[in-house]
Amino acid sequence: MKFTLSWLKKHLDTDATLEEIVEAMVRVGLEVEEVDDPAARLKDFTIGHVIDARPHPDADKLRVCRVATKDGEQQIVCGAPNARTGIKVAYAPVGAYVPGIDATLGKAKIRGVESNGMMCSARELEMGDDHDGIIEAPESAEIGQPVAEVMGVNDPVIDFEVTPNRPDTNGVAGVARDLAAAGLGTLITKPYGEPQGDGYDSPVSVELDFAPGTENACPVFAGVYVRGVKNGQSPKWLRDQLRAIGLRPINALADITNYVSYDRARPLHVYDAAKIRPVIRARLGKEGETLEALDGKTYKIDATMTVIADDTRVLGLGGIMGGEYSGVEADTTDVFIESAYFDPVRTARTGRKTGIVSDARYRNERGIDPASCVAGLAQAVEMVRELCGGAVSNVVLAGAVPDVSKTVAFPPAEVKRLTGIDLDAAEMERILTALGFGVAPGDAWSVSVPSFRPDIEGKADLVEEIARIVGLDQVPSTPLPRLAVVEAPKYSRAQDRVRLAKRALASRGYLESITWSFCDAPEAALFSGRQSNPDLVLANPISSDLGHMRPSILPNLISALRRNADRGRDDLALFEVGPVYAGDGPTDQATLATGVRLSSPVRHWQGAQRADVFTAKADAIAALEAAGAPVANLMVMANAPDWYHPGRSGVLSLGPKNVLAEFGEIHPRVLKAMDIDGPVYGFEVRLDNIPLPKGKGGKTKPALDASSLQAVSRDFAFIVPTAMPAEDLMKAVRGADKKLIAAASLFDVYEGPGVGEGEKSLAIEVTLQPRDRTLTDEEIDAVAARIIAQAEKAGATLRG
Amino acid sequence: MSDLDQLEKDLSDRIAAAETEAALDDVRVHALGKKGVVSERMKTLGRMSPEERQEMGPALNGLKGRIGEAIAARKAMLEEAALEARLASEKVDITLPVRPEAKGKIHPVTQVFEEMAAIFADMGFEIREGPEIEDDFHNFTALNFPPDHPARETHDTFFFNEKEDGSRKLLRTHTSPVQIRTMMTEKPPLRIIVPGRVYRCDSDQTHTPMFHQVEGLVIDRETHMGHLKGTLEAFIKAFFEIDEVTTRLRPHHFPFTEPSAEMDVGYERVGGELRIGQGEKWMEILGCGMVHPNVLRACGLDPDEYQGFAFGMGVDRLAMLKYGIPDLRDMFASDARWLEHYGFDPLDQPNTATGLSR
Repeated sequence: MKFTLSWLKKHLDTDATLEEIVEAMVRVGLEVEEVDDPAARLKDFTIGHVIDARPHPDADKLRVCRVATKDGEQQIVCGAPNARTGIKVAYAPVGAYVPGIDATLGKAKIRGVESNGMMCSARELEMGDDHDGIIEAPESAEIGQPVAEVMGVNDPVIDFEVTPNRPDTNGVAGVARDLAAAGLGTLITKPYGEPQGDGYDSPVSVELDFAPGTENACPVFAGVYVRGVKNGQSPKWLRDQLRAIGLRPINALADITNYVSYDRARPLHVYDAAKIRPVIRARLGKEGETLEALDGKTYKIDATMTVIADDTRVLGLGGIMGGEYSGVEADTTDVFIESAYFDPVRTARTGRKTGIVSDARYRNERGIDPASCVAGLAQAVEMVRELCGGAVSNVVLAGAVPDVSKTVAFPPAEVKRLTGIDLDAAEMERILTALGFGVAPGDAWSVSVPSFRPDIEGKADLVEEIARIVGLDQVPSTPLPRLAVVEAPKYSRAQDRVRLAKRALASRGYLESITWSFCDAPEAALFSGRQSNPDLVLANPISSDLGHMRPSILPNLISALRRNADRGRDDLALFEVGPVYAGDGPTDQATLATGVRLSSPVRHWQGAQRADVFTAKADAIAALEAAGAPVANLMVMANAPDWYHPGRSGVLSLGPKNVLAEFGEIHPRVLKAMDIDGPVYGFEVRLDNIPLPKGKGGKTKPALDASSLQAVSRDFAFIVPTAMPAEDLMKAVRGADKKLIAAASLFDVYEGPGVGEGEKSLAIEVTLQPRDRTLTDEEIDAVAARIIAQAEKAGATLRG
Repeated sequence: MSDLDQLEKDLSDRIAAAETEAALDDVRVHALGKKGVVSERMKTLGRMSPEERQEMGPALNGLKGRIGEAIAARKAMLEEAALEARLASEKVDITLPVRPEAKGKIHPVTQVFEEMAAIFADMGFEIREGPEIEDDFHNFTALNFPPDHPARETHDTFFFNEKEDGSRKLLRTHTSPVQIRTMMTEKPPLRIIVPGRVYRCDSDQTHTPMFHQVEGLVIDRETHMGHLKGTLEAFIKAFFEIDEVTTRLRPHHFPFTEPSAEMDVGYERVGGELRIGQGEKWMEILGCGMVHPNVLRACGLDPDEYQGFAFGMGVDRLAMLKYGIPDLRDMFASDARWLEHYGFDPLDQPNTATGLSR
């Protein structure tokens, strides 16, 4: 909210400087966002005196002026129609920044004539909209005097953030109260009076018409009738104040309601009495009703909205915006001024439904002071009498001002308990009193809460009031006591898997990405089995391509690969460890380590190494191993999901059920749909599925099993059907003698001449590790025979 | 010159003339082989008289020994020469480039979170996490946001579609729901931090629809706002790795804390660079406060018995401030050039023993 310094001083008697006021506001929790001090902003502009103005030799509309300035006499070329001899002007020297044209002045030659500086219009100095000519200052102005001072635009404007808990600071009076409590001066806000009427009854009466149970929509509705007003432009001081805080002056009556709204946080509404029937009602809306509001738009009314209506039409949305039909015009003579209290929750809902943004809605939904209902009328009536004349009726009032009085039991020791601040009880009492609270002593004080502070519920709120006024710099900085001399680990094993997987993948050349948790719905379908999950579709996405919670990180990473490839970076590995969503329940979120590679290595004299599906497999295994999975026990199966190439993909699992990872070449159809040239290799590691180590156990490692006996190795070549997984043969070979066979490694895969059609040759080196004595040739031959027998059982034949 | 002397000279000349190991072996066979000239002479010893033998024995043995040594020496010399020749032919151009290896990097958000975890772990904070698709109760109601209160609107919430029962899920707007989940399932004393993704329906130069927060929560019987201040001051100093940091607590409003505050940190601009720590200007860096009695009650804790503080800060923003990263949106753009430039070596594992960063 914005307010001017002079406005504040109507409520606060202070000699504090602008800086001190701003500093104090920040200290008590009124967060100042911007201070505009026109005197500082316009300090470069001073009064000049046009000594003479002659026509420009080469331009009909320009004049060459000699101007007396603080910098001596200057020649200035000017195009304004009113640039003439003898006037006092707003002189801008060379080097000055002119805000209205967003330019810094330099020396110039205009049509061949030198011009040093500028004479400015009101708009050029952002002092108003006037651009018909240059500013003409009063004759009494002295050369060199600041223009801001002469023209009366030296009132600083302070803009601060009103937090939702402080509706009272939507009025300047509320700000002044905080500042006075903080010791910045004396609160001089005039107490509310009673509306001063001229003793006749209002021809308009008001009624509340709510079904039982909905009365709280508008518990009180009051108003006065003013006959014979002279509306029209409001006085300059009022227009200046409103303009300074960013409001557009409309006419005196509208300006008065705006003034009261910003002065006391009390919204009012004025009806043209000629346009309304004698009875106006606050009631809930009816389906089918509409309102053409003051903003020129037509809104649909429904039965949840509070409206003000007469017998013929809806006149306004209660507490939000009035209707165009009954709005006051410059020539309006009889008016009805409304002051009411609207339920903040209902007002907020109606505001959201209609999308209307207004000062009235803003204040009503945050909660206005119910006690200001009639008193606000008093302030308006006083201003109307003064500015517009007219005869004021007696107040009409329906319902009753809601009783919001409450008292809070407040043990003063709470301040120390919650903040650590040691504070005198007397100072606490002073602060609470200055903020408008009533304090009755006792072990626990009985503190009565003023009606303009709906945010105060309990003792913690009072602690905050006291703490913010004494200043949070009084809170004693205190270290938390240590819980242990040396802290135990703070990551759980499960949490640490994430860290380890990330670091393992980065060590393998992957760059870590963080992509949105959303993706495109069609992409979601590509990676979740054709159909997207309606529970994972956002109702209000930031854009349609970010409308679905991702079922996989792959689409986002593949898109990232494409974007990088479009920039010429087509050799890249990206990974992300993050959430994917299978549903909207608290346990439907899983943490996956996902990586993708686009392999197009630069040529190298030793030959470039291109990634393939086995790179992805190795990456997946590396991530699993880093994260603590027992990789020696992994099963490999070829049933990866259908976004992978059916022949070049696989699944790593523990037993047949617990899938730990999927890897492979991404299906060419998927890549085509995502408009990227492949191949792309990817993997997804399901970190949550990795079994956690059981119990804590000791840290002792098992003894080293290193035999001093020489190991023996033998090579075997087997012919197997092409479709037979190598792993089946390896398993058979390893199983031939679990005690003696220390390792078996596949060192050649061959298909072609010499091997039958539909067959392949697999060559395996088997290492035998004798345990207690050197093996005899017979023993070695026996193991070899068992290996061959096992292989044959698995469907292989020894290659002749 | 005796006959033997002549033989020795002849053999020595042959040895010296042998240019290859093969030629040398021929000489060895010629001299010392079974039918070699020296061997033949040795055979004659048996037919000699004892006197002759006494003279010729040592002479012949001496000859045999010297020739053998000469051959061995020549052999060693030839081997050395052959090695030299081989080495000379084996020279490579060591300026040839090695095969390039991709250098992986850790994202700044990950790195900075681990830095924060290291600091808070030292102060006894454990890590808790929670779901990102949340319900109204955990994200708002339990955190003392009254239904329809304008404070909710400041959160620009992403919603899912309404279900048949009228409920609708949302994306958590802050990590604070994890406070609720923790307090409802664990008994105080609690000291936790909560890292994670959060979401606001907002996208412009300084806002992204997803960003990262770290939440902190301490609940016990005596922790007050002074502890909050002390904890945060210690954190800021440790995090920015500077000795002197000016901070201030400034009153603010959050529905879930009372009293509430924001912490500002002093900074200055030197050239184009923003320096955290000292200076005339203040920058808001986090929100905090004492846990609101209504929040404690919502979690089944008696606010007259338990008390404590909570704070929340933007991980992305703190990463930007610490490491001079100019644009928030780049954090989530996956531009390889950016990731390589602002990312961290996987060996840089933040901890308080070696330092958070190098």
